Amino acid sequence: MTERFMLSRRDLLKTSAAGAALGLASASFPISRAFAAAATVGFIYVGPKDDYGYNQAHAEGAATLKAIEGISVVEEENVPETVDVQKTMESMINLDGASLIFPTSFGYFDPHMLAMCAKFPDVQFRHCGGMWNKDKHPMNAGSYFGYIGMGQYLNGVVAGHTSKTKKLGFVAAKPIPQVLLNINSFLLGARSVDPAITCQVIFTGEWSLAIKEAEATNALVDQGADVITCHVDSPKVMVETAAGRGAFVCGYHANQSPLAPEKYLTGAEWNWAKVYKMFVDDLVAGTPLPNFTRGGLADGFVKMSPLGPAVSEAARKQFDGTLAEMMKGGFSVIKGPLKSNKGDVVATESQAFVETAIELESMDYLVEGVVGSTA
Amino acid sequence: MADTVSSADVPAMTGGKGFPAALEWIARRAEGFVIPLAALIVGMVLFSLFIALVGKSPVQLYETMWRGGFGSWFSIQNSLSRAAPLLLAALCVALPARLGLVVIGGEGAIVLGGVAAAAVGVALNGAPAFLVILLMGVAGVAAGGIWIGAVGALRHYRAVNETISSLLMAYIAIALMNHLVEGPLRDPTSLNKPSTQPLADIYRLGNIPGMEVHWGLVVGIVACVVSWLLIEKTRWGFAARIAGGNVRAAQVQGLAVGPLIVGFTALAGGFAGLAGMLEVAAVQGSANASLAAGYGYTGILVAFLARHNPLAIIPVAVLLGGIDASGGLIQRRMDLPDATVLVLQGMLFIVILFSETFYGRFKAFNPDLWQRPDFLKGTI
Repeated sequence: MTERFMLSRRDLLKTSAAGAALGLASASFPISRAFAAAATVGFIYVGPKDDYGYNQAHAEGAATLKAIEGISVVEEENVPETVDVQKTMESMINLDGASLIFPTSFGYFDPHMLAMCAKFPDVQFRHCGGMWNKDKHPMNAGSYFGYIGMGQYLNGVVAGHTSKTKKLGFVAAKPIPQVLLNINSFLLGARSVDPAITCQVIFTGEWSLAIKEAEATNALVDQGADVITCHVDSPKVMVETAAGRGAFVCGYHANQSPLAPEKYLTGAEWNWAKVYKMFVDDLVAGTPLPNFTRGGLADGFVKMSPLGPAVSEAARKQFDGTLAEMMKGGFSVIKGPLKSNKGDVVATESQAFVETAIELESMDYLVEGVVGSTA
Repeated sequence: MADTVSSADVPAMTGGKGFPAALEWIARRAEGFVIPLAALIVGMVLFSLFIALVGKSPVQLYETMWRGGFGSWFSIQNSLSRAAPLLLAALCVALPARLGLVVIGGEGAIVLGGVAAAAVGVALNGAPAFLVILLMGVAGVAAGGIWIGAVGALRHYRAVNETISSLLMAYIAIALMNHLVEGPLRDPTSLNKPSTQPLADIYRLGNIPGMEVHWGLVVGIVACVVSWLLIEKTRWGFAARIAGGNVRAAQVQGLAVGPLIVGFTALAGGFAGLAGMLEVAAVQGSANASLAAGYGYTGILVAFLARHNPLAIIPVAVLLGGIDASGGLIQRRMDLPDATVLVLQGMLFIVILFSETFYGRFKAFNPDLWQRPDFLKGTI
């Protein structure tokens, strides 16, 4: 009985709070964008919007939505994966009237986004990751993600042609499957040019830790690496440090060529604009939003930065050829015979894993030719 | 400031000649409110100038901040949710500060407290909820207490600077947490975000009835009140304040300074560890890298703004929670970057630290001087 009483009291408070907020908002913002729009879409980033990396890639996607008639975009950056992100989502719903929210950081999903999905069944939530499972998670939640490993393979192709020392470098955050696949793809791309190439990897342990990324980049250059790429949230430090030391760089997440125009070879970029537009088109048309969507280069979820001035003609030719092959579909980066750098067989002669293969999602090895350890 | 004799300690000499006793009573207590409040206002005015310089309206800014932080029941709850972990984190700074120690590594105690609590919660899966939650709390307090207690012990017995050692130990704690959640304690299904096994639902702490704020707020407020009583009303607190004023004097008086320092730092770390436990039990549901969210560092700001008074920590934490909550709305409505609220916090911090120099300088707050013929000359 008390339970019922409390619920109704809470609902009353909520309604009056929303009413008060609405009143205040309309009083002080007569032409508030949020309330004039047909639909408001919220974006939440874990880091700064202009990080030349993970968050910028999402923010660039969000920016393209602003041009769509009737769509209002609200954004919040530097939101930690704590109760803060829950309150940010709630605030976007309560104060801005958001009906579709994209919490873009991996760690936002469980428990934060799921808690909000349960609380606001009428609001749609789509999370960048691939965690959604129809048996476990509600229908107003969903996942989208891209297969970017092949982008790193193409990075590796150009790196393999460009490297003089035959030593590449990789600055990585954590030894988790997504990162390991990128490292392995980069090296295998380079080995498609010259099987003698090796790649040294250094894990910083954190997604965003500028000082360690700079140290790792310097250490890689000191050891002779002359083309470096990375998988951390913001490649900015790696790109500037490596280019400052005279090494070439391959980008990741977004286009970092403005940071090092001469040294930037190419880069594996997200193309979230396509994905976000797809969701918003569905929202405007009133059709149900997909709950689970993934794609790679061929689907336009991932794209490559334009090739830089230092890319040789031979590199350009192989890059274009491999890209064309990937666009046809069915291309496998991880294919046998392939061993890990500990000597274990990870793919037999007859095995080839396309980018959608489930086996790749629990990758726990570095392939032969990568210098480094997962633990 | 510490060696200025405060007016309250001096016996009243004039006995209120010509002034109502109530006015004197108020004057003696007003200083601690008026100076911080004035500092807050000065800080906000300076920040207005900054906002005007970047071409935005300060009026709209403060209006937006009010709406985002306190303007509705939702906003108030939003602020309180963000304030909850800051209460305990600030105690980790304030308690040692009363002993004259500057401990800034509460973040380490928070993450280890969270990991210890998660480990206990997973290991005891199946046991009664009350017992498990209690033991998770004990584990959190113990982990944090040992961590910061060690800082106190190093300080007293080995003369290691506690500021540096606590900060460095926070880095070690975070590395240790990463090692544990990526290694021995890892849930094998947490592929791309290494975490401990999730806690069973019955071991999760919910919200305070009627509010959308978790129980950490109540725990934090109780801890602040208890800490205030400990410092102001018990002989240990008295001893700590003596030792904080002058360690040599305390030793000459025969006070056990060593156990006092270790005890207070361990208690402070225990509170931070409890904050980590609450973060796991009430918010995250498992221990992972999200535990290192910076609460330990914001706690430093809260404690200094509260002048290390545990009761003052409560309103200051709510204020900072509100600033944090309104930061989102400022980004969304005014198109200002997230760093805006950091600039505000920084300005407030500097102005309030500067305002410390004004304590004991205003005659208006000292009724003993009101009768002096030169009262209106010199300082106010």
